[in-house]
Amino acid sequence: MRGNPEAHELIAPGSLAAVLQLLAAAPGEWTPIAGGTELMVAFAAGRLDARKLVNLWGIPDLRFIDTTANSIVLGACTTFRDIRAHAGLAAELPLLAKAASCIGSVANQSRATLGGNLVNGSPAADSSPALLVYDAEIEIVSQRGSRRVPYSEFHTGYKRNVLAPDELLFAIHLPRRFKHHKQYLRKIGTRRAMAISKVALAATALLDGNDVSEIRLAAASLAPFPARLYQAEAALLGQPIARETVKAVRRALLAEAQPIDDIRSTAEYRRCVAANLIEEFLLELSKERALR
Amino acid sequence: MSPSWPTIRFTVNGKECAVQAPPMKRLLDVLREDLHLSGTKEGCGEGECGSCSVRMNGELVNSCLVPILQAEGADIQTVEGLASDGKLHPLQQAFLDHGGAQCGICTPGMLMAAAQLIERSPSPSMAEIREGLAGNLCRCTGFMRIFESVIAGATQIAESAAKKVNHAG
Repeated sequence: MRGNPEAHELIAPGSLAAVLQLLAAAPGEWTPIAGGTELMVAFAAGRLDARKLVNLWGIPDLRFIDTTANSIVLGACTTFRDIRAHAGLAAELPLLAKAASCIGSVANQSRATLGGNLVNGSPAADSSPALLVYDAEIEIVSQRGSRRVPYSEFHTGYKRNVLAPDELLFAIHLPRRFKHHKQYLRKIGTRRAMAISKVALAATALLDGNDVSEIRLAAASLAPFPARLYQAEAALLGQPIARETVKAVRRALLAEAQPIDDIRSTAEYRRCVAANLIEEFLLELSKERALR
Repeated sequence: MSPSWPTIRFTVNGKECAVQAPPMKRLLDVLREDLHLSGTKEGCGEGECGSCSVRMNGELVNSCLVPILQAEGADIQTVEGLASDGKLHPLQQAFLDHGGAQCGICTPGMLMAAAQLIERSPSPSMAEIREGLAGNLCRCTGFMRIFESVIAGATQIAESAAKKVNHAG
């Protein structure tokens, strides 16, 4: 069945304060909409449950990229096009720019927002693995005030998150301390553009000699929501980049991953490819060392 | 049309428009049904195929994913805005000359995506063309003729710009 525009209310209060007031007055009644790349798809197909929508697109308070001494802060309505065009992000946090370039097409990137990607909470969300390995923090606002949570604690289940019904995701804070980390991101889909990932892996690492002294690994499509791979990290931390380590990390990842069979791929394929991606990252690290 | 629907104002191809419509009505439907600009096509209706591509405030968007309320105050360009003074846009001429269009359903979106690409990158590489048009699907041409058309159109635009500079100089 096609969506009927007359069956949905959509209002544009025009400012962040007015949106928060609306959410506070009737918690849970209003669904925020920004670039529409998720909700309008559901709408067109006649499966958008939300009857009352409040517009966030075009609110300047939500679309910004600020660079401070210690962090780069992105407003929730920053588009993936904004992210790709930002020189500071490309230089210091290139995995996020790379993730942005893997999302949909030019027309999707010009509308889809970082906050929308996170609130939608798909297990395959493209920006999530990069944010997880950069220790992102989420700033949440409501009329009651603001609070910050580590992004690694934002998702609480399949398409569930910590937002209360009167709260809005306001900004994403990225610490500026990864410039010298080894960084890796790879998304595997059916084609380079327009694909929803079968599996994606991100990593940031520091080496001390040949030993891994700091490691963050995160994946999309291996669990009900994008998440860090803590067991694989533990198998790597303090270990030298060597054949035995690669084997141990693969084993840890295979034990930790809980992928599913769905229309895009199989659990078995996802497991296997995720392990291969980690191995590819470790090989890159070992090649870099050999070249030095 | 219900009198309770808000009036939404925006410009299309440089012309000011005011439309009374349900705020969730898709920009695509407003263009086609209210403004009778049927050049913009609907393909998938879910942002995958690019047939409904238009430019909104200088960005390429899928008009099937834009609720009309979000077009308030926007500057919109559709395929009807490419030709001027009865003369085809160089990209349109190139699609005609190089077999870039067959059934024509994807063509308006292809043209808008190509126009967006060339504005950002006047002499696009093949990699840039492939990325710029990645969200526009064609099931007839096999894409090579479309890519060739974009290169030809871009070359034509660059040559006319160079001539203008020479004349001015």
